[in-house]
Amino acid sequence: MFRIEVRIKPGFTDARAESLKRDILDLGLSGVDQVTVVDVYCLEGKTDQSDMVRICQELLTDPVVEEYQTYPLASRQREETDVHSVEVAYNPGVMDPVEYSLSKAILDLGINTVHAVSTRKKYLFKGNLSENDIQSITNKLLVNSIIQHVVTAQNRIRLPSAVYDFQLITINLLDASSTDLQCIGEDRFGLNLDEMEEIQHYFSRAGHNPTDVELETLAQTWSEHCVHKTFKGQIRLGNLVINDLLKSTIMRATEELGKSWCLSVFKDNAGVIDFDGHYALCFKVETHNHPSALEPYGGASTGIGGVIRDPLGTGLGAKPVLNTDVFCFGPPDLPHDKLPKGVLHPRRIFKGVRAGVADYGNRIGIPTANGAILFDNRYIGNPLVFCGTVGLLPKSMAQIGQQKPGDKVVLLGGKTGRDGIHGVTFASVELTEESEKASSSSVQIGNPIMEKKLIDVVLQARDLGLFCRITDCGGGGLSSAVGEMAATTGVRVYLERVPLKYSGLSYTEIWISEAQERMVLAVPPEKVSELVNLCSSEDVEATVIGEFTDTKRLELFFEGHQVCDLGMGFLHDGLPQIVRQAIWQPQKHIEPDFPEPSDLTEDLTRILGSWNVCSKEWVIRQYDHEVQGGMVIKPLVGKNNDGPSDACIAKPILNSEKGVIVSCGINPNYGDIDPYWMAASAIDEALRQIIAVGGNLSRIALLDNFCWGAPTRPDRLGALVRAAQACYDMAIVYETPFISGKDSLYNEYEVDGKSICIPHTLLISAMAVMEDTNKAISMDVKCADDLIYVVGSTYNELGGSHYYGIHGFIGNNVPRVNPQKAKKLMGALAISVKQGLVKACHDCSEGGIGVAAAEMAFAGDLGMTLHLDAVPLGEHIDRSDYVLFSESNTRFLVEVAQTDQHNFESIMNGIGCSAIGQVTNSSTFEVYGLDGQKVISASPGELKDAWQRPMRW
Amino acid sequence: MARVRVAILCGPGTNCNVETAFAFELAGALTEHVHINEFIRRDKLLSDYQILAIPGGFTYGDDISAGKILANELKLKLRDDVHSFIREGKLVLGICNGFQALAKAGILPAPFDESPQQLTFTVNDSGKFECRWVYLSANETTPCIFTKGIKHMYLPVAHAEGKVVVADSKILPSLNIVLQYTDEAGNTEAGYPYNPNGSVQNIAGICDSSGRVFALMPHPERHILGVQHPRWTREGRKEFGDGFMIFLNAVRWAERI
Repeated sequence: MFRIEVRIKPGFTDARAESLKRDILDLGLSGVDQVTVVDVYCLEGKTDQSDMVRICQELLTDPVVEEYQTYPLASRQREETDVHSVEVAYNPGVMDPVEYSLSKAILDLGINTVHAVSTRKKYLFKGNLSENDIQSITNKLLVNSIIQHVVTAQNRIRLPSAVYDFQLITINLLDASSTDLQCIGEDRFGLNLDEMEEIQHYFSRAGHNPTDVELETLAQTWSEHCVHKTFKGQIRLGNLVINDLLKSTIMRATEELGKSWCLSVFKDNAGVIDFDGHYALCFKVETHNHPSALEPYGGASTGIGGVIRDPLGTGLGAKPVLNTDVFCFGPPDLPHDKLPKGVLHPRRIFKGVRAGVADYGNRIGIPTANGAILFDNRYIGNPLVFCGTVGLLPKSMAQIGQQKPGDKVVLLGGKTGRDGIHGVTFASVELTEESEKASSSSVQIGNPIMEKKLIDVVLQARDLGLFCRITDCGGGGLSSAVGEMAATTGVRVYLERVPLKYSGLSYTEIWISEAQERMVLAVPPEKVSELVNLCSSEDVEATVIGEFTDTKRLELFFEGHQVCDLGMGFLHDGLPQIVRQAIWQPQKHIEPDFPEPSDLTEDLTRILGSWNVCSKEWVIRQYDHEVQGGMVIKPLVGKNNDGPSDACIAKPILNSEKGVIVSCGINPNYGDIDPYWMAASAIDEALRQIIAVGGNLSRIALLDNFCWGAPTRPDRLGALVRAAQACYDMAIVYETPFISGKDSLYNEYEVDGKSICIPHTLLISAMAVMEDTNKAISMDVKCADDLIYVVGSTYNELGGSHYYGIHGFIGNNVPRVNPQKAKKLMGALAISVKQGLVKACHDCSEGGIGVAAAEMAFAGDLGMTLHLDAVPLGEHIDRSDYVLFSESNTRFLVEVAQTDQHNFESIMNGIGCSAIGQVTNSSTFEVYGLDGQKVISASPGELKDAWQRPMRW
Repeated sequence: MARVRVAILCGPGTNCNVETAFAFELAGALTEHVHINEFIRRDKLLSDYQILAIPGGFTYGDDISAGKILANELKLKLRDDVHSFIREGKLVLGICNGFQALAKAGILPAPFDESPQQLTFTVNDSGKFECRWVYLSANETTPCIFTKGIKHMYLPVAHAEGKVVVADSKILPSLNIVLQYTDEAGNTEAGYPYNPNGSVQNIAGICDSSGRVFALMPHPERHILGVQHPRWTREGRKEFGDGFMIFLNAVRWAERI
């Protein structure tokens, strides 16, 4: 047993240490002179000295820039007396991400005497630092107690006893009173009394008590996360009774639209549409909010890891081709003393989440190319992390497969540990100060290379026809995956066959573990050996863990004992419908009364520099958005590759001209006034962005992701109903069907006994098929003397706007949408683009015309002169600031060459559209108000600086 | 004439193999994604190919350090195959993770030099993964056959450990520095972000003394088509991107093998 410490040699830059030093400065601690980061490897085994030297020299140490020292495992290097040392190790049971590759690499050296490896990090600090400072750095930057601990002489943590002796556990429901039922249900399984009574009846009829794994299976299958019981339940809102909100709004729109290009909607792991007649595209967006609140890096990486497996588990398996990410955090500049107890600082959550998504997506090689980042105080205790993945698959494989009785259940990928046990029930309750302690097993770290290997073999096996059905192992683990797959047949699973990371797991833990990077396949018996051989040739584990039957029963066995026998009918259809009350009362906010400023330059720079609007380049550049080589319109565009693109366009097949446009719409500010118009605005925004890069409305699929507060509170539920109604109303008129969605409820956080609800947040993600990517356009202005048009009417709609926000108001005039008019407008604009008349186009959203025009100018590095008296108005507005910053929907700024003026105007005839100014060669961005006076004068460079400065980290 | 056969080497975490194959196919070659285990088990033989391409990615998660575990596999398990491949006058191209692996395996800068490793990669000076487009100038005095006729290129980089470091600056004059990061004007001493990682002498790509073993950190396979250029919507769309010539040169050369 020995430990090896590797560090950068003196004289070479330690960039990791320099980054850490900057983070320490951000904490307000300036006493650090020197930081050193040391990689520590602990190896166990009877390895001789010469082999140990080889491991150090040939594997662990870079001969040019690094040096190493070895010690017996129990000791470690004494540092100089003026050095503070902090050593961090993973908690027992937490997967060490490098363990697998490290073990493999040691075997590659021909050394087989090392039987266990683990890694640690040691941080050394020199400088004027108190014990308190070190404590603060440790807690805020180095250690997350959910997954890690500081190693001291006293606290050497050992794995608990690793022996498991089978013992069947049953739970006495037959004799339980209502009170008992309620206690058992709520405390252990997250089931309510109605549900527990239904279960009691079922087992009374069967004549025996349930086993723990039977109850766990029901709890998983019936959880909000898996079955969406709020959306599918009965909701009473005034006189209105809604049975199944999802079916009566979002899914209804899709059904009524009946688009033939919708191939598989609302039934598989992702929604599927036709791409080009040969290939199909699928898209899924998921949230991973509660894990990310507690362990941002692990939570976000397993979030993206999970959603990547959704396309892989769609139809017969899709190749992931694009990722999206949308984050909602507390403000990054929140003072540390304002942070509620038990909560990580928003900046730490932001940095951790960004790193988690990037490290996972970059390693697998999927471009992360679209997203948004929003900030609000109410996200401090409950951040939102949305991750989406688009996949590509042959159209002939777009439908869910079907297994036959006798087909084998094959588990593919990573080993199973205690990871994420009770993740789905955890997702369906509110966070409290105690969550950090109670939920540690719900948080995991991902292993992207395991997932990449899984993708590689699944796609090969798919093309060889080695399986007839596939699904991913996500929330609820095998319980959900196998349980759902076998709903129409029945299944027998032998739990002792599941490969484990370590011994000691009970049969129930094996069944409900949410260990990452696993897929479940249904494999005809004659294909099993070919599949297993293919997998082993690429070092992927494939294990037959059971077989499908024709009994319509879920039967689980452990070492010969039957531990579960449930009827599929009861498991999947036995859940009693939930009945919930909803109320909806519009909020009345104070109407702003501040006078119109005579100069709006400062207002514009303040909006450009606000957290929501400012440049997100710091994030975007740390994602590989170019991998796979298909990005035709990138997230950053313009003269210096730094302007904000409205949407991205990717060519998923490199030798085809067809592309996929991906965009998103989200604006929780409007939800504070009316969730109906918030939802309508989000849909309009997502569609505008597609039009702005050259797409059209003919084949756009939408996804909904509702992140809401507790549906048990009637006002939250009333708001949810209004938002869902808008989804139906808009989708029907735009003819843009929803193909998939997900809700995450219970996003509330308790501080001092008071529940803080997140803003009602609806993310609309949109995916459009583009016939000819060579016709794409970008938002940066191209050429001096070109005309700038406003397309679409401006109303006095500043409720929830950024302009009101910087003046301390919310207001009430929320932006509305007229989808009939909008559809006509977008149709005409798309024709103009197709005819090559539009040189640049940018949609007006947060900050209205003012922000859109400034962004176009500085992205093109050109000046602009605009006249607000020419802006087409939908109603009388007498204030220049309102015209400039109104956030009315369905508006675009468009650059048109003077020679194309006539053609453009004739296509746009009958649509609110006028030229309001010109691109100029000067270095001024100037705007003249309604009375002809200059209201803004700035250089594009200054405006860009205001926009880039906040997140220049 | 038989078409040139390219082995696109894949391992756990390789992720640029499809677009690399696309580039070679467009240049007229036949490509095959070969898992490193297939070479190790000798299910497939390196000698059946004329070009070995090691594409970008994060092999083995870049655990320990970028490309290290793949490098050890090349060095410990495929060493003789790779050496005979190079001796037979065939071509090796490493891109990004492929460059890191070739350097750490001791195949670059000198495939047959047994002395200790002199050149390596470390974390970018910015401390961050950087996905950005870079201007490159090609040194026409090197023997590199991949960059014949190329003076300048505009390609994306996407890496966290791309900073070239040498053990002793005395070795720099002996390196065949094929590509250097520059600014728009071609200045090879331009700093960040033109030099996205802080590489010594702005090194972006090197070759061996034969010019047939070449590796670079930027991704030429991501600029094969005109629409891949980040500013084609303002500067106009060319049919081919700057990176295509590298693949065309390689395939044309290999046709003569």
